[in-house]
Formats: sequence, C-alpha cells, structure tokens
Amino acid sequence: MTPVALLFLVISIVVVWGGLVASILHLRAHPADDGADPGVDVTGEAGQPGQPGVDGTATRP
Amino acid sequence: MSKTAPTQPSPRAREQWSGQRGFILAAIGSAVGLGNIWRFPGVAYENGGGAFLVPYLVALLTAGIPVLLLDYSIGHRFRGSAPAALRRLAGRGGETLGWFQVAISFAIILYYTVIIAWSASYLVFSVTQAWGDDTQAFLYGEYLQLADAPGVSADVVPSVLIPLLLVWVVVLAILALGVQKGLERANLVFLPVLVVLFVTLVVRALFLDGAVDGLNAFFTPDWSALADPGVWVSAYGQIFFSLSIAFGIMITYSSYLRRRSNLTSTGLVVGFANSSFEILAGIGVFAALGFMAAQSGTTVAELEGIAGVSLAFIAFPQIISMMPGGPIFGVLFFGSLTLAGLTSLLSILQVVSAAFQEKFGLTARQGALRIGAVAALLSVALFSTRTALYVLDTVDKYVNEVGVLTSAVLTAVVATWVVRRLPELQAHLNAVSSLRVGTWWRVLIGLVVPVVLGYILVSGAVTLIQDGYEGYPRWFTNGFGWGVVVLLPIAAVALTSLRWRHDVDGFTPDTLPGVAARRSRTEARR
Repeated sequence: MTPVALLFLVISIVVVWGGLVASILHLRAHPADDGADPGVDVTGEAGQPGQPGVDGTATRP
Repeated sequence: MSKTAPTQPSPRAREQWSGQRGFILAAIGSAVGLGNIWRFPGVAYENGGGAFLVPYLVALLTAGIPVLLLDYSIGHRFRGSAPAALRRLAGRGGETLGWFQVAISFAIILYYTVIIAWSASYLVFSVTQAWGDDTQAFLYGEYLQLADAPGVSADVVPSVLIPLLLVWVVVLAILALGVQKGLERANLVFLPVLVVLFVTLVVRALFLDGAVDGLNAFFTPDWSALADPGVWVSAYGQIFFSLSIAFGIMITYSSYLRRRSNLTSTGLVVGFANSSFEILAGIGVFAALGFMAAQSGTTVAELEGIAGVSLAFIAFPQIISMMPGGPIFGVLFFGSLTLAGLTSLLSILQVVSAAFQEKFGLTARQGALRIGAVAALLSVALFSTRTALYVLDTVDKYVNEVGVLTSAVLTAVVATWVVRRLPELQAHLNAVSSLRVGTWWRVLIGLVVPVVLGYILVSGAVTLIQDGYEGYPRWFTNGFGWGVVVLLPIAAVALTSLRWRHDVDGFTPDTLPGVAARRSRTEARR
C-alpha cells in the first residue's frame, strides 16, 4: 500500500474501532443495575413509575 | 378524532429486553444492514476516499449519535411504540408523527424483504456459480426476468416468489415470539454469526491479488473533496440512513429497556459499532474490487456499478467466479448480506407490529401475524413480479430521501420548538446515564440537525421534482415515488383518528428534578 493510504487505513481503524472499544469499556465500567429491575414493567399503558435509577421495583405488578 | 374515553389500562405487562446486552445486540443488528455493506464503501470512495473520514466522523458526532439519543430518550421516557411515545411527548400531533414513522417502516418492509430473498437465493447460487459468465444478464434476464421498461406487471417470477415467502415465514415466526424470545434470541445468534462470516470474508479478500490496489483507491485521501458541500451532504446522508434513526426503530427498541439503563453510553456503543462495521465493509469490498480490477486488466477507478444492487448481485458474483475457492467466498458474502438484512428487517417490522399491538390491544403473535399477513401480501404483489426492481428502486429513493428525512426534521423541530421538551429529554438521559449530555446536545438537535437534514431534504426533493429519477417515466415516479410519499401522512392521520383500545394518556413519565413544572405548563398550553 502507499504510505498515505496505509496511514488513513490506520487512522480510520484507530478512530472508529478505538471509539467502539472505548465506548464498550466505559459501559462495562458503568453498567446499568439490571438486578434491581428484574420483573416485568407494566408502565407501557398505565403504570406509575418511580424515579429513574432509584426505584425500578415500583413498576412491578 | 381520537377517542380514548372508554379505554382501560392494559391488562398485559409490557415486554422488555432481558438486559442491556440484549438491547445493544438488537440495536446494532438493526443499524448494521444492507447499507453498511453495499452503500458505505461506494459513497466513501466517491467522496474523497480517506478524506471522507473527516466529514463522516463529524456527521456521526453532530447528527447520528445525537438523533440516536433523541430516539432513545423518547422511547425510554415515554415507554411506547412510536405513536404512543410521541403522543405522550407531543399530544395528538405527536401521535400522527408516530404513525407517519410507522407508515414509513411499513413501506420499507415491503421491499426490504425481497432484497433479503434475492440475497438468500444468491447464497444458494454461489455454491454452483449458477450465474455463469454474464452475471448482469443472469440477474436481469434469468433471475429477476426484469421487464423492459418500468411499469406494473402481474407476471410473478417463481424463483423470487419462493424465497420471498420463506423470508416472510422466518421473520414472522421470530416476531410472533415477542421481544425477548423472538427478537433478542434471533439477534443473539444472527449478529455474532454475521461478524464471524464478514471478518472471515474480509481476511480472505485481503489476500487476493490486487487487494492492495483496492485499498489504495479506497483510503487515498482527496483533500479537495472537503471543500465540496456535496461531500458533506453525502457524509450526513450516509450516517443518517445507516443508523436506523428517525423512523421509529430506536424509539420502539428503547421502550423495552429497563428503567435503569445507561442510554448515552449504549448509544455510543451502537453508533461506533455501526461505523466500525462500515469501515470493515469498506476494506473488504475494495480489496475484492481491487482483485476484480486486476483480473480484468483495468483499474478500480474504471470499474462501474460499485454500489447497491449492481455491487452485490453483478460485481460480487463476477469476483466469486474469478477467485479460487469462490463458492466459499460467495457463501460468506451472501450469508453476511442475508443476516445483516434480516436483523434490520426484524427491527423495522417491530416498529409496525408494536404500534398496532398497543393501539388495538393485540398480543405479539396477533400483531406479527395480522400485520405480517397484510405486508406479505403487498410485498408479494409488488415485488415478486417482473417490474419489482423498478418499483423497489423508486419506492426506496422517495421514502428514504423524502419520508425519513421529513420525519427526522419534524421530530427534532417538534421536540425542540413546538412542545419545547428537549430539556426534559436531556434531563431524562442524564438521570439514567453515566455520560451526561449538555447544552450542546440541545443545540445539535434544535439547530444543526433541522438545518443540515432540512437542506438535504429540500435540495433532494427539488432535484426529484425537476429531474425525476433514473429517467423513469413521470407517471411511474409520480405513482410509486411521490404517490407513496403522499400516502404516508394520509395513513398517519387515518390511524391517529382510530380509538386506542387502552388508556394511552394515563401514563405518567418518571419525575425529574426541575422538569415537572415545565411539563405542566406545556400541557396547559396544549
């Protein structure tokens, strides 16, 4: 490959795939607390949810 | 007028993903579609090569991910399909916008299915290289039996009809199983298989003679392109059409997320995953095109038909026939195309199914089968005949470049300027996410997105009005292009006027500090 094409191949991979890896690492470091809200969520039509990130259990039937 | 008085709360629990991972896989599966494989490489090559990376990333960060987060915030906060969530955001007009998005999805489903059917057929053809020496003649003459001129044919092509029906059976069966057992499990299998197939294909392509020439052509930057406004428009267009945003998919998908979900980080993962696949596709496709040019004694610059249907069903079969181990490469390529299409199709179908489920109190199975039956019938009637390619080409062009762009601009304008609830959506994102969005996000949604996408919409529409499309007769583009575009809002208004089976307005969104008063004022004004 020509040096300039190779450079842009590397930049593309580093920036875009690097962005993906960084996003995944950040998400893994800050996971949502799925365990707090294991049940079904009835809020689709008539639920009265609580505050986000605080009381997901308020939405259980 | 919409009547909700005699309705009652839903007796059914709302479906949800098993966790964030299931949602992310499904959202990536939705975003990674045919456009990643057959649109991005050609667009990047024709708009500056390596230099295209600059406008592409700018578009991703200033429009793609911000609109993705807008969709997430609406779906997650108002926990409904597009009509329900947008009604809860912006009242009756919002619901009509939601049904407009559903109508767009419905139109796209009809032809998207047949492309997957073609791809599945070519997966089988790859094994014996059934296309012979003249891949173009095989596609148009033997396989599609394409009519000589655009029109409406009733001549069904059995070789297209059979795989089309099979695709419908598969996707409706998955959809009928619901969100967790159907969509999530399908993506859990399809997406990893797609990645493995496609990475294998790209690695193989890199070792072909001439691959380096293809990569040189693809990555060598043309800096003068950055001064061309058309290149920037192409970058925004590519990002916008590639991410599955603004026609209900991400609103619907995020509405099944649990309340404690990290929305902004998830959006970044999905946005960058989609672009990562596009870069991978660029490498694979241009390595293969470099091989094709070398075998043909020409250069990549002189190749024609390096995007869309021509790339997939004419150029790639040629490449497959030229290379050692071609059948394996063919199975990898058409397997990837089929799976990428399937995961995207499922998400578009869910937009329609979820909307009808909620409005008319249907189960997932009822929604899938009833909507699916109607869609399958129309799909077969329009796209298994000898004029399918003309109709597909026209509907796709007009629905995307007029319908989807209109939907995006309207959603941004309504949220920002009409109901002025962007601060509430921002507060919602920040309440559940680890990465906070600031005022910049409101500026991007309220100003940059409407201006840039509005420009693309208007300039594209003016061109279509003045020049028509592809030299097709005016009666044809007026019927299948503008005609379909006009039908979308008519269907939206009609569906809005029907009664909700359950109380859609009894929903109360999560309380957010400093937002309740603002919301009350908005409602009082309405």
